Amino acid sequence: MATLVQMQQADLPAPDTFAAIRALLRRELLLAWRRRADALFPVLYALIVVSLFPFALGPDDALLTRISGGVLLVTVLLAMLPSLESLFRGDLEDGSLEQMLLSPQPLPLLVLVRVLAHWATTTLPLIIVMPLLAVLLRLPAQVLPVLIAALLLATPLLALLGAILSALTAGTRRSAILLALMLLPLAVPVVIFAAGAVAAAQSGLPHLAPLLWLAAALILALVLAPFACAAALRIAVET
Amino acid sequence: MKIIPLWLHKLSSPPVFYRFAGTLRPWFLWSALVLAAVGLYGGLVLAPADYQQGDAYRIIFIHVPSAWMSLFIYICMAVAGLIAMVWRIKLAEVIAMECAPIGAAFTLVTLITGSLWGKPMWGTWWTWDARLTSELVLLFLYLGVIGLFSAIEDRRRAARAASLLALVGVVNLPIIHYSVVWWNTLHQGTTVRLLGPSKIAPDMLWPLLLMALATHLYFFASLLNRARVGLLAVEGGKEWARALIAEKADA
Repeated sequence: MATLVQMQQADLPAPDTFAAIRALLRRELLLAWRRRADALFPVLYALIVVSLFPFALGPDDALLTRISGGVLLVTVLLAMLPSLESLFRGDLEDGSLEQMLLSPQPLPLLVLVRVLAHWATTTLPLIIVMPLLAVLLRLPAQVLPVLIAALLLATPLLALLGAILSALTAGTRRSAILLALMLLPLAVPVVIFAAGAVAAAQSGLPHLAPLLWLAAALILALVLAPFACAAALRIAVET
Repeated sequence: MKIIPLWLHKLSSPPVFYRFAGTLRPWFLWSALVLAAVGLYGGLVLAPADYQQGDAYRIIFIHVPSAWMSLFIYICMAVAGLIAMVWRIKLAEVIAMECAPIGAAFTLVTLITGSLWGKPMWGTWWTWDARLTSELVLLFLYLGVIGLFSAIEDRRRAARAASLLALVGVVNLPIIHYSVVWWNTLHQGTTVRLLGPSKIAPDMLWPLLLMALATHLYFFASLLNRARVGLLAVEGGKEWARALIAEKADA
């Protein structure tokens, strides 16, 4: 049996990994473009959450400035949850996930491309509108670049962690609250370092160290998370 | 040398383990109860009151062993989960999943006794101290494992998925702990610390160690019992389980 598979593989042209990555990227971006209104939902969600805070706390500029960094980070994290939940659901239902599992390309690599494309289509718009949200919460202008840098490092990290959990819950019902329950403990260090950088910048302290910690964690997750995610997808598909 | 692996291999068979756990469980349970009774007597009656905290410190005889267990059980769960993921042993899947509720219970006991102690000592039920926060996050990790296991209908697939989650958690646990320590020192100075283990008096130490031993034995007894039930649930349709139930029904 094994020799038969090897013989068949020998007859086929060598798998071109880059072509596969290009095809997958093209598919993801095309799907996102066809449903481009979906990209607005996280942005609208974040906008509504952010505008609720002044109603709850009163229009006190000093108070809003003090809490703005943390509120914006938590808002982004919460706005990422609904789209993460359905990350692999469509692929599982229409069978394209099985094709990914069967393809000769390394599954972790395909998963990585999939997650990064998902991040670019759902979370990047959130970061793009961050200046607007920051103005609503009176975040000082000189802190905004630090906040955006922290988000650019923290959100791919959260997307990679979330992808593992999303793969684990792919076949289940009621997975939204379950995903939140599983992701939030894992998100604690990410929130701490991202908010730490913003808080340090806000009080005029050096803020590079927490950003570097985030970058280190992101590199670690880029290497390890696709493998965990691939293992989780194999569990989700079997039987 | 071959005898031990052969014995282990046989033990991983559900009916063999079911009987083995059944004979072992009472020994663990009764020794745990006896040790806990001696330890509690030593801790609550014999040990002197603390010069600073009075009698309130005596809650450590429950609190500290529970805190140790909450981490120890998580590691047990992750090791069993790794074995379940790599070798797909049914028994390891059951054991990993039955660890989670016991660990969550010990974590909850740690949090409750900690806040009971914190009220007279710190004047508050809760403070965002590094250890308290880590313990709370640990409880969430346990709840995530339990939630995932109960969300997937196929028990074996659920066990493997939740085992993977436990492994992801075990990689993250040190990161979470150190980030919380860093966060805590960033936001506020060090708060009141628990008794340092090196400074503890011998009359207080021996009941504490007895209680730690008793909680370990209780964990094994509870785990064996839960694993028996879990095995019956997974193997419900198999010949040995049917024979066992028929036997019980006749008796």
